[in-house]
Amino acid sequence: MKEFLRPVFLVTWKDILLELRSREVVIASMVFAIMVVVIFNFALNVTPETVDILAPGILWVAFVFAGVLAMSRAFVIEKDQGSLEGLLLCPVSRDSLYFGKMLSLFLFMTVVEAVLLPIFAVLFDFSAFSFTLIGVILLATLGFATVGTLFSSIAVNTRSREIMLPVLFFPVITPVIIGAVETSTGAIGSSVNVIGVGRWLQLIAVFDAVFLVLCPWAFGLVMEE
Amino acid sequence: MESVRTAKVTTTSSSPARSYLGSTKSVLLLAAGAFMLVNMYLIFMWAPTEAVMGHVQRIMYIHVPLAWLAFLAFFIVFVGSLMYLWKRESKWDMLASSAAELGVVFTSLVLITGPIWGKPIWGIWWTWDARLTTTLVLWLIYVSYLMLRAYSSNRSQGALYSAVLGVIGFVDVPIVYFAVNWWRTQHQRLVIGSGSLEGSLNADMRTTLYFSMVAFTLLFSFLLWQKMSDKRIEEDLRSIRYSKELTRGARIGR
Repeated sequence: MKEFLRPVFLVTWKDILLELRSREVVIASMVFAIMVVVIFNFALNVTPETVDILAPGILWVAFVFAGVLAMSRAFVIEKDQGSLEGLLLCPVSRDSLYFGKMLSLFLFMTVVEAVLLPIFAVLFDFSAFSFTLIGVILLATLGFATVGTLFSSIAVNTRSREIMLPVLFFPVITPVIIGAVETSTGAIGSSVNVIGVGRWLQLIAVFDAVFLVLCPWAFGLVMEE
Repeated sequence: MESVRTAKVTTTSSSPARSYLGSTKSVLLLAAGAFMLVNMYLIFMWAPTEAVMGHVQRIMYIHVPLAWLAFLAFFIVFVGSLMYLWKRESKWDMLASSAAELGVVFTSLVLITGPIWGKPIWGIWWTWDARLTTTLVLWLIYVSYLMLRAYSSNRSQGALYSAVLGVIGFVDVPIVYFAVNWWRTQHQRLVIGSGSLEGSLNADMRTTLYFSMVAFTLLFSFLLWQKMSDKRIEEDLRSIRYSKELTRGARIGR
């Protein structure tokens, strides 16, 4: 177990170090997410009466868009400097590489969301600190990072990678987005849907579990060249 | 290395035993054509007109088989993708990609014939009902499959990546269906349970529907066969070109 975890954390640590020095991913996606929130505020004209219905949707659109931005960087930084080959030449398994990259992506997205959530709560005036909300954010972000790492590694090798990643990512991630929005609606508003929350969390957990098995396997195949 | 490659190329491309218009394909074409003709007669002349919906209901005999074949196509993509990832033989990639192309065409037709049927009956073109939404997401997944192939930097990469997506996408479908199903039933009751359709059909209608399914399945098989032999020709052509370039290169080198 230790031999497996060490390279995982090393890869993650490498990404964190890189991020601390360049500040490319987190700041960029955070600013982007705030802009999404502002634009949605104008587009949907959010009022105190409608905020309970609209806020969860806006929140998750901002999270998902910011997430796609972050995951597109995950492998671009490796590819541009040719450091992907270096990583692949390391005497560690592909699974460790996958989980290392996945973990760093998960961390970056969580940081962005942790900053965005209070701002969001202030802008739209609701209490953001419910355990259900935090729980579903972590679960859904894990799902995003799981699928996103694989698709990012695929998209980076194609032509027009900026288009390919969201096109691949969004259809597959649909169930997580639906579940996350539904759970957040239950958590934020005083709506009647609270009964369904547990079921949605289960669905997202099942999604995470299935793709946590499937994606490392697929990543090994994709990275073998 | 190069001489081995050229030798292999010549054996595959010049073998007269492989004819592109195979007899199976002609049989399939004839059968599909004949069945489709009879099918058109059954749908438009023989099947009784539905009492409530009227003539527009006849689109069901096209809509339902198309939907079933779309799902079959995506299942074939899944199997072909798994086999390709396991065996790495290009025939499995041809099967998966041909089925994906057909699946996207058939799903598009489902998404077009559905609203044509829905508008006069429900009064709306589209509703975010579980079945419709899942079909739309399915369509998006396999459109992205085709895009991934088109945007890959080389062919073997495209085959590998799309095979991975063929597996991931198919595994995702039941989860999407569950999610969309709960999502909708929480908000509004399902108004149009197509599950009850089977019971409300009379015997003649059911016969027509089953016949139409057989006819469309034959058509699908023919198209799949055709598509695969097209891809085989493409590959042979490419290897002939490649071997020509090799010999030219060798001559210049000498």
